[in-house]
Amino acid sequence: MVRRHTISVLVENQHGVLARIAGLFAARGFNIDSLTVGRTKDDTLSRMTIVVLADDETLEQIVKQLDRLVTTVRVEDYVGQDIVERELILLKVQPEPEKRNEVFQIVEIFRGKVVDLNPRNLVIEITGSEGKLAAIIEALKPYNVQELARSGKIAMARGKTLRDPL
Amino acid sequence: MISASEKSLMKGADIVVDSLVREGTEIIFGYPGGASMEIHQAITRVEEKGARLRLVLVRHEQGGGFAAQGYARATGKPGVVLTTSGPGATNLVTPVADAMMDSVPIICITGQVPTAMIGRDAFQETDVTGVTRPITKHAFLVKSLDDLPVVIHDAFKLAVSGRPGPVVVDIPKDVQQSVDAPPGEITRSLFRKSLSPPDPPEEALKKVAEAIAAAHKPVLYVGGGAVASGAAEEIRALVEKCRIPVAQTLLGLGVVPGSHPLFYGMLGMHGSVASNYAVHHADLLLAFGVRFDDRVTGKLDEFCKHGTIVHIDIDASELNKNKRADIGIVADLKESLKRLLPMLQEKNHDRWIEELDGVRRDKPFHIPDMGEKITPQAVLSLLNQRLTSETIVTTGVGQHQMFAAQFLTFEEPRRWLTSGGLGTMGFGLPAAMGAQLARPEATVINIDGDGSFQMNIQELATCYSDRIPVKSLILNNQHLGMVAQWEDRFYGANRAHTYIGDPEADGPYPDFVAIAQGYRIPGRRVTKLEEVADALDEMLAAKTAFVLDVITPYQEHVLPMIPSGKTFRDLIYR
Repeated sequence: MVRRHTISVLVENQHGVLARIAGLFAARGFNIDSLTVGRTKDDTLSRMTIVVLADDETLEQIVKQLDRLVTTVRVEDYVGQDIVERELILLKVQPEPEKRNEVFQIVEIFRGKVVDLNPRNLVIEITGSEGKLAAIIEALKPYNVQELARSGKIAMARGKTLRDPL
Repeated sequence: MISASEKSLMKGADIVVDSLVREGTEIIFGYPGGASMEIHQAITRVEEKGARLRLVLVRHEQGGGFAAQGYARATGKPGVVLTTSGPGATNLVTPVADAMMDSVPIICITGQVPTAMIGRDAFQETDVTGVTRPITKHAFLVKSLDDLPVVIHDAFKLAVSGRPGPVVVDIPKDVQQSVDAPPGEITRSLFRKSLSPPDPPEEALKKVAEAIAAAHKPVLYVGGGAVASGAAEEIRALVEKCRIPVAQTLLGLGVVPGSHPLFYGMLGMHGSVASNYAVHHADLLLAFGVRFDDRVTGKLDEFCKHGTIVHIDIDASELNKNKRADIGIVADLKESLKRLLPMLQEKNHDRWIEELDGVRRDKPFHIPDMGEKITPQAVLSLLNQRLTSETIVTTGVGQHQMFAAQFLTFEEPRRWLTSGGLGTMGFGLPAAMGAQLARPEATVINIDGDGSFQMNIQELATCYSDRIPVKSLILNNQHLGMVAQWEDRFYGANRAHTYIGDPEADGPYPDFVAIAQGYRIPGRRVTKLEEVADALDEMLAAKTAFVLDVITPYQEHVLPMIPSGKTFRDLIYR
């Protein structure tokens, strides 16, 4: 059964490391839903959070193939784990002037922020889990959404630490 | 004026060579160009100082890559090849991809345009690390001289650790030209990952021992991983202790001696009937150092359908990749078997062995009688009588390769060097050169096809210039025989660009003996069966390289054959 999985990969922050991982997914025909990458508290390490669509067998291969790269320090598949996951989105909407207040209310309900406001449109920032983001996008649809940008998901396990095994 | 402090500095190119020597490099296969000539200059400087380092000038970078592979496959030590940037490096792509597929440790040093010019489409610039990234264990771009000695040290460690493979080190020209203090002992690595394989878990080994104890029809399926791990001794001990029949893959040949009564031949598409029968009927398959390649398994669901599968491999990603293992162990094979052997009771499987002996007797590899015409099978049988346990054989790719795998017997690992996974034509001659330089005392024979031979024929010049006495035996049928065989079987014998002889005249084309002579290498052509024995003796007695052109009929098919994606039940025997 194909499901959405979140994988966290700790990698050496070196030349070509992102290309290697992106290339691996392309070469082996794995599907990436989203990929985020950024430095960790250790400057020499980056963390990639990759959301993939895969069945169990493919997921096993993805994890093993990622782990096979020398630049990979650790791979964690978050399936079945208690994790915190967040994604940030920016939405630009252009409601009818008389409906601006409705938009403000929706943003408040979802605990978002209006980060830009001008006579033509407004930009909304909101973070949350996949479900929450889907809900606000749906809620704002009637208000003339002009642009949408997503950061991709980042995640962390509650309690235990994903780190350098050495 | 050179100041005292400048005097003690070393150029990057000298650091490259110094690092290679430190890692134990004795031979570099190379072809110079603008971006690598600094390193070639540095090599002449160490040669002058009497270092045991030899640069073998190949005639094409692909030849250099395969020569490095031949060296590595014959010894297990990394082979080293040096090329310039751009086309020099892209010519290495095929041997690198080949080394990745067959897990061969090679180090490819490539020159690169100066760092300031990278990304500006400079003359002979290619993004070499980008091109080779998916076909290497790792590809380094050395941007600073500081990292150079560490990178080379890491490259050698990586190439041979775990599952071996190719590593590319791309070095911009300004890094080669800049100077630094001589490197001291290397104590750091660019990676924090441990390169040592995990220990085999005791529990899993116990389960394997129980499975072996319970089996009535066990079969060993042994591959290239057993060669890489150096596990021949342990596998042989297992075969003796528990009397388990053995099927070996194309890359596993020689792990269990070819003459061993419990060895039933190569398995897979062109394997023996007995080996394929054994796997098909097995109740336990001991898959050691293998990757369930499609040329071995055919239709995956049907492969060893009724057997319990034990899979031991050093590469975790091989487990459950193509076929699910009932018992999977990620560990070094030699280490696993060392621990497994004491857990086993002596055993016998007389009835099973008798059954397989019967199949082998009834359905051996067949040598057709074609009168005075020379069949490939007949030549190889005659050659086989002349092999010693030290003889090394390389091949091209195609019918001649499969015939050789069927008809030659190898008593030791690392005597049979062939391009398995990638299936690269043109592998044979340069790989033979590398093997010969690694094993100067051994006889090294390249068994080639007329198609494959022409793909790296220029290396005859290297054989001549560097006095590398490899023998090339060409099974010359004027066709791309394996493709022609598929045309015969599956395309109504319609020839679609598989004839490579002279379209105008009859008679063999090209004249390989004349070409060899052009390279100042002796040769002989034979067309009749009765001449073959004498010609083989002449070839083997030659002190130099030698080209023996054997004219064979193109109608011969490699059989048995299990068509692609089919099962043992679809096997074509005659």
